[in-house]
Amino acid sequence: MKTLIIADHEYGVLKPETSKTINAAVKLGQDIDVLVAGFNVSETAAAAASIAGVNQVVLVDTASFEHQQAENMADLVVSLSADYSHILASATTTGKNFMPRVAALLDKNQISEIIAVVDADTFKRPIYAGNAIATVKSLEDKKLITVRASAFDLQDTQTAANIVNNDTSNAATGSVFVSKEQAESERPELTAAPVIVSGGRGMQNGENFKLFEGIADKLGAAIGASRAAVDAGFVPNDMQVGQTGKIVAPNLYIAVGISGAIQHLAGMKDSKVIVAINKDPDAPIFQVADYGLVADLFDILPELEAAL
Amino acid sequence: MKILVPIKRVIDYNVKARVKADQTDVDLANVKMALNPFCEIAVEEAIRIKEAGKAEEVIVVSIGTKAVQEQLRTALALGADRAIHVETDAKLESLQIAKLLNKVLEQEPAELVILGKQAIDSDNNQTGQMLAALSNRPQGTFASKVELADGTVNVTREVDGGLQTVALNLPAIVTTDLRLNEPRYASLPNIMKAKRKPLAVIPADSLDVDLTPRIELVKVEEPATREAGIIVDDVAQLIEKLKNEAKVI
Repeated sequence: MKTLIIADHEYGVLKPETSKTINAAVKLGQDIDVLVAGFNVSETAAAAASIAGVNQVVLVDTASFEHQQAENMADLVVSLSADYSHILASATTTGKNFMPRVAALLDKNQISEIIAVVDADTFKRPIYAGNAIATVKSLEDKKLITVRASAFDLQDTQTAANIVNNDTSNAATGSVFVSKEQAESERPELTAAPVIVSGGRGMQNGENFKLFEGIADKLGAAIGASRAAVDAGFVPNDMQVGQTGKIVAPNLYIAVGISGAIQHLAGMKDSKVIVAINKDPDAPIFQVADYGLVADLFDILPELEAAL
Repeated sequence: MKILVPIKRVIDYNVKARVKADQTDVDLANVKMALNPFCEIAVEEAIRIKEAGKAEEVIVVSIGTKAVQEQLRTALALGADRAIHVETDAKLESLQIAKLLNKVLEQEPAELVILGKQAIDSDNNQTGQMLAALSNRPQGTFASKVELADGTVNVTREVDGGLQTVALNLPAIVTTDLRLNEPRYASLPNIMKAKRKPLAVIPADSLDVDLTPRIELVKVEEPATREAGIIVDDVAQLIEKLKNEAKVI
């Protein structure tokens, strides 16, 4: 049997999460096919075909898949499912949306957000906001899995694999795309950024997040926030790092005015290096930080920007 | 219009889960339990739709032991009209939960079902999407805005990098994200009133759903702990460490 990966992409660009999901799939030791479904995505398919380990790309390039809606994505994946023992997607908002729908249509349970492949049936996944790691064994004959990409590495590239066209073009039943409001930012996406500067309740208001901009420019960083900062209305929810927001693992995570609530740590504790800046020396964030600086962030941020 | 809101009893948001010494599961003995935060948002949204005159009835449903009636009463105190308890001692997976909910939905044909996007214990983020598949309805997941119109519901969704809006034909399934609303607190008179609101109990095995487990929990471990590092004196030392020791800038 083979493994099917459903590629995640936006505006024709293949997301790095797809490469990392393929990295997880390689550990299953089977041939890997990748499904690229979208509109004007022939270059996306070519990019997927060049990821090491990919045997074949199935390309569905039609207007009805432009927004990768769950309803027709699920029907498409089900129509292709017979040849595959494992079907994986990255746990992005797209993957999380359609994969459980696929699972239920196939009468299978899904294993969400795996962080390790133990064997073809057994996987590790975080539960309780990452306060526990469960090892789970699927008894299903077909495994439906989403992958927490931050737990896996990028795959190397290869000479492009074969791309086959599939002419499925059914529309999403009962669901019509209305609009997409893109968060305007020149910065990298949180889940792909090598450096993240993140602010919490200690930032006091949304205006003060501007103090991050110079630092982020110099470091090529994305700007994130804790749930406390989002709940307080300082910044929009798509900046949220945590159990219920984005799960990130950059090379450098700078937590500013973040106390370190359990649910925030769940979203960033796999970062390679963590820096905490907080005036409360007892803040739990210091227990996970490689480098802590006990100081008033309003003194430190301008100093940090000047020194970089 | 009827709105059905499935809810889950979970560990309280503020309590840190601890793994049992024998690594069989998380220890929930004597731990404070509560309504899952995303379910609370779902209940709140349903009540607001009713208060806006766009729905006549809000029904909450929960699956589990008798203990879940506590969370059903909480939802009734917040303003739901009646509750259904699908009683079972079995430890259920998302697919079985979705199948049981689908059976309830057949008995209570609600045009709109609102669920939390994920439970903070199992962190699966599956049930709403599965229920949508089983009931053959369109789905609007991770909602930050829900607007009902004639025969449709517009759902603005929190997606990576922004917001996406879809128009769904009713009947439909919606799952909630954090920013959808800020749930109210139940007032004391409403808590008292909730005790008299109807709560029906349905045995799970009467719903003709195969509850055999399909995922085996092999082991539950503590996550690898991160060692606390050092406290630096100033910005200069921090930058020196990041450059020369950690080599990340």
